[in-house]
Amino acid sequence: MTERTLRGKAAVVGVAETKYYRWGQSPDPEFKMAIEAVLNVCEDAGISPRDVDGFSSYSNDRSDASRLAAAIGINDLRFASMQWGGGGGGGSGALANAAAAVATGQAEAVVVFRALAQGQFGRFGQGPRNNTISGTGAHTVPYGLMSAAQQFAMKVTRFMHDHGVGHDAQKAISLASYHHAQNNPRAIMYGRPLDEETYDSSRWITEPFRLFDCCQENDGAAAMLIVSADRAKDFARPPCYVLGAVSGSHHRAGAPVHNTPDYGSSSFPTVAPRLYDMAKIGPSDVDVLQSYENFTGGVMMSIVEFGFCSPEEVNDYFTFENFVAPTGKLPLNTSGGNLAECYMHGLELNIEAVRQIWGESTSQVPDVNVSMVHSGPMVTPVSACVFGSEAAL
Amino acid sequence: MNSPTTPSDSYLLPGLPKPVASRDGLDTAYWDGLRDGRLCLQFCNGCGKFQWGPEWVCHRCHSFDLTYKDTPAEGILYSHQRVWHPVHPALADQGPYVIVLVELPAADGVRIVGNLVGGPHQELVIGAPVHGVFEHHPDDEPAFSLLHWKF
Ligand SMILES: [Zn+2]
Repeated sequence: MTERTLRGKAAVVGVAETKYYRWGQSPDPEFKMAIEAVLNVCEDAGISPRDVDGFSSYSNDRSDASRLAAAIGINDLRFASMQWGGGGGGGSGALANAAAAVATGQAEAVVVFRALAQGQFGRFGQGPRNNTISGTGAHTVPYGLMSAAQQFAMKVTRFMHDHGVGHDAQKAISLASYHHAQNNPRAIMYGRPLDEETYDSSRWITEPFRLFDCCQENDGAAAMLIVSADRAKDFARPPCYVLGAVSGSHHRAGAPVHNTPDYGSSSFPTVAPRLYDMAKIGPSDVDVLQSYENFTGGVMMSIVEFGFCSPEEVNDYFTFENFVAPTGKLPLNTSGGNLAECYMHGLELNIEAVRQIWGESTSQVPDVNVSMVHSGPMVTPVSACVFGSEAAL
Repeated sequence: MNSPTTPSDSYLLPGLPKPVASRDGLDTAYWDGLRDGRLCLQFCNGCGKFQWGPEWVCHRCHSFDLTYKDTPAEGILYSHQRVWHPVHPALADQGPYVIVLVELPAADGVRIVGNLVGGPHQELVIGAPVHGVFEHHPDDEPAFSLLHWKF
């Protein structure tokens, strides 16, 4: 039987985004930005938008695939896929679905995209305003537990308690992200550096998260174009291969009212080994990492669950020096990511991972052959992927 | 213990969404229990264990023979957070408050969420015993009760 894998069977041939805005600041509606991102990614790759034949997204993206296909006038829609789950958990999952589609002949050229205009549709970080609430929310909202930060804070606190982790670990992630954003003109926080003192004196949102541990909320759209490995050779840039792409979550990650058995977790304990198996690499092979920061504590648990260090090593391993490009042991979130580039539900992280393979990052790490992405820690399902150069195949 | 028929002092400022049982009836017995001053959680007749939150099937034995059973409002502090930034207008003048996740050893270790009664700056000790405190709102529309905790 032939090996069942995505490894080396699909490749990214274009990446693009609209201008990124602070939340509510986009002059354009969400759907218009989605169209713009699709047109931009086709231009980046050098194909006609009419030859796109699939769309793949996540987090219940509102920009409907059939409306996009009609608006752009694509010739034949062959694939339309939505990855279940909220937040950024589906960023690499949507990529996996697109890769599977082109690898199995369901489609030829699939656009993975995410579009967000929170001015038009309301913000994420606010509680419900109804007089009553029922369902799982009824068991948390009346106690003042209603935002994403509040949903995840107790996971991180439990992890830090279990392993004796101090707050400086989270700080290192935030400082590295802001540092990288200073090189990236696309970044919302470009020209707005963050120093240690400002971080330390920033207000608590909910402990253990300070203001700078929390992602932004932004408007914009981003897209990637995926084709089969064979077809990728026809494009201008060298192919950026998918070495692995997986999604899911550990046992009963979705157990209601905070009843997940392995609670102090990013939801990657079973996902990470599956990614390494498919990609045929280990942690020491990873040249650069983009790890989704809804909150820095989630990055911390993700990095541990992907085996870059043990829980007991977190205090020593999580330093600015280790995470900064190009010299760090594990250059992290090299575009600025959700904290400082743009909160595009993590698709900007997948795009940055591809740019690192192509040598096009604004904080380029030398000789990148293996580039990893973690999507959406602490939600369920989460997902993750690894991109590789020709040399990594 | 405070009486279910007398309005309690509220831990949080009023104005947050009030809990009501879900339309499908899955958690009605829980909310009715709190209004009586009882902690009543879902219990599987198939394997004799509690599960929480409620579901239509037992995740352990796949029995559909699920009922509700009282359990002591006595727990262990499993995790916590001190919230500073209000995300609801009702809490604009609240100041910091503490949310706790409490493990219930007498109910097979299931967890529930509540607030920690007492000052927001008290030391939060994971693993310490906590005791249930009911907060009744019999005169609200709709009436409801919450379950908080104290060391
Ligand atoms: Zn059972």
